[in-house]
Amino acid sequence: MQVDAPQVLFKNRHLGRPATFDEYRAGGGYEALYATIGKRTPEEVLDIVLASDLRGRGGAGFPAGRKWQGIPAGYVGPRYVVVNTDEMEPGTFKDRVLVNVDPHLVIEGILLCAYAVSATLGVCFIRPSYESDAVLLERETQVAREKGLLGKNILGTDFSFDIHVHRSAGRYICGEASAQIKAISGLRPNPRKGGPRTSVKGLWDCPTIVNNLETLANLPGIVRNGADWFKSLARTPGSAGTKLFSVSGRIAKPDCYELPMGIPLREILFEHAGGMPPGRTIKAVIPGGASTPFMPERLLDLPMDFDSMKKAGQRLGTASIMVFDQNTCLVGATLNLIEFFTRESCGWCTPCREGLPYVRHLLRLIESGEGREEHIGMIRDMAKVMQSAYCAFAPGAAEPILSLLTHFEAEVREHLHQHKCPFGNPPPALHGKACGTRPIAFGPTPCPEDQCPI
Amino acid sequence: MALPDALVSDLKRMIAQAEHPREAAVDVMYALQRHYGYLCDEAMHYASTLLGMTTLELESLATFYDYLYRRPVGHYVIHVCDSVVCWMFHQDSIFDYLCRTLGVPPGGTTDDGLFTVLPSACIGNCHNAPTMLINGRFYNKLTPERIDAVLRELRETTEEPVRCK
Ligand code: SF4
Repeated sequence: MQVDAPQVLFKNRHLGRPATFDEYRAGGGYEALYATIGKRTPEEVLDIVLASDLRGRGGAGFPAGRKWQGIPAGYVGPRYVVVNTDEMEPGTFKDRVLVNVDPHLVIEGILLCAYAVSATLGVCFIRPSYESDAVLLERETQVAREKGLLGKNILGTDFSFDIHVHRSAGRYICGEASAQIKAISGLRPNPRKGGPRTSVKGLWDCPTIVNNLETLANLPGIVRNGADWFKSLARTPGSAGTKLFSVSGRIAKPDCYELPMGIPLREILFEHAGGMPPGRTIKAVIPGGASTPFMPERLLDLPMDFDSMKKAGQRLGTASIMVFDQNTCLVGATLNLIEFFTRESCGWCTPCREGLPYVRHLLRLIESGEGREEHIGMIRDMAKVMQSAYCAFAPGAAEPILSLLTHFEAEVREHLHQHKCPFGNPPPALHGKACGTRPIAFGPTPCPEDQCPI
Repeated sequence: MALPDALVSDLKRMIAQAEHPREAAVDVMYALQRHYGYLCDEAMHYASTLLGMTTLELESLATFYDYLYRRPVGHYVIHVCDSVVCWMFHQDSIFDYLCRTLGVPPGGTTDDGLFTVLPSACIGNCHNAPTMLINGRFYNKLTPERIDAVLRELRETTEEPVRCK
């Protein structure tokens, strides 16, 4: 794939296969590790990362170096790095693509983090639908082990570290750091609130750094080329690096693109992702995965970086862009998102456990033409209540709901006035999925794989 | 029915390699699920004995996770992605089509024990929507014709239909 932008994470992208160890090495891979282990102190690595302004790519955008600083000074005992590859947010597939492009970039990134925080074990937490990634990482960590880059006394120093692949059995809430720690520990993965951070008390009650996989994959470049180089990759001042953008929905070339942090959304969609398919116009996008708000078309010139998005009341999230065209019903889309959140809620706290099914019920009424004026206020109230839930899950679920009402209230009202979905969607089943009760309506399906022009 | 010795030693090795036995809980349940076809009571009993966890603790995991099946499933579990991008590309119809073609309700298993259809949270293949996952393999850009071809291929290449025990 040819993209006219510096490719750092996707430098070794080949169609349909991961880069091998030798290919990675030939392009300067593991040089950062060679230049670091036994030659720099962990504090020096931490300083480079702090200076680079690397912020977490898993959604929250917390500075990576500051997270690492959370480990109590002078702590003696095991420390862990947990690599978050759960990625179950609808619209998000960047980490899967990244592992399959360059597994050794990921492994080197994990090693550099481990060195900086003096960890002895890394755990890659992988969701079940990414089983092929688990197999690939197991195979490539073995290659790294055979080359003396993992295991005891790496590169002849006293630094020992290994990576273990942990298979999850699949639940969205496992993407939350404290829930992920519990999942690895064989406990029911409800999030933990309050109490010490995972960097103080994480896996087996030891300091644990939970970082997203893409975040860690940035480390080899930063350590090798320096903080200023990393900052210079971004398009906007105050942001740093490149970013993987998963683009999907009604767009000509859905794919995962590596582009500068801060690039405007319009440029991503129209210059890189091929623009809208013929006959379609853009109505809205969700810019950062399912727990970020709908963004109307008029905001497409916003720079895609954490601060610019936040200033505009939007969220960069995982930078997973889903495109909705003029023919897509946003009430239907929100209903779908709320179905997802309702099913994936861990059920621990009331605002989420009770609030989500209630909002789902109201949205179903509206979508099936049985909505009433007061339902709009009730949905807004429920979404606000959900913002005071136990973890960030329910507030995330509230984002699409609230933005639907902020930017597309007219479309919601149209359902009330017409007593049906104005886009012709069939009434949703009120009691979950039912089969065989209504005619199958395929409509314009995407083209067969082999003849697809996109 | 006792577990085969080879499986028991595999499970013991898995547990021994973990930092703490319970870290292997999901792996052990996966392995038993592969052996029994699903996590039957007997499987749960063995898992609890081997891991030193109570069956209640394991139950709280087995019933929580999407890919652990506490009830019988078919040899092929079809996880149809029903997240928003697939929905946009008529995922509902894909789901209906699968259920009607196989003659099963959602969550049901075909009489020959080959297929179970389950709605699934986003499987991370949104750029190829609508999409489904069958026994770890992605199937992209689904159409009715493509689904027919996939089912035919799976039927033809499965040597012996495996029935749930
Ligand atoms: S907000 Fe939802 S996911 Fe988070 S603890 Fe409460 S019930 Fe669980």
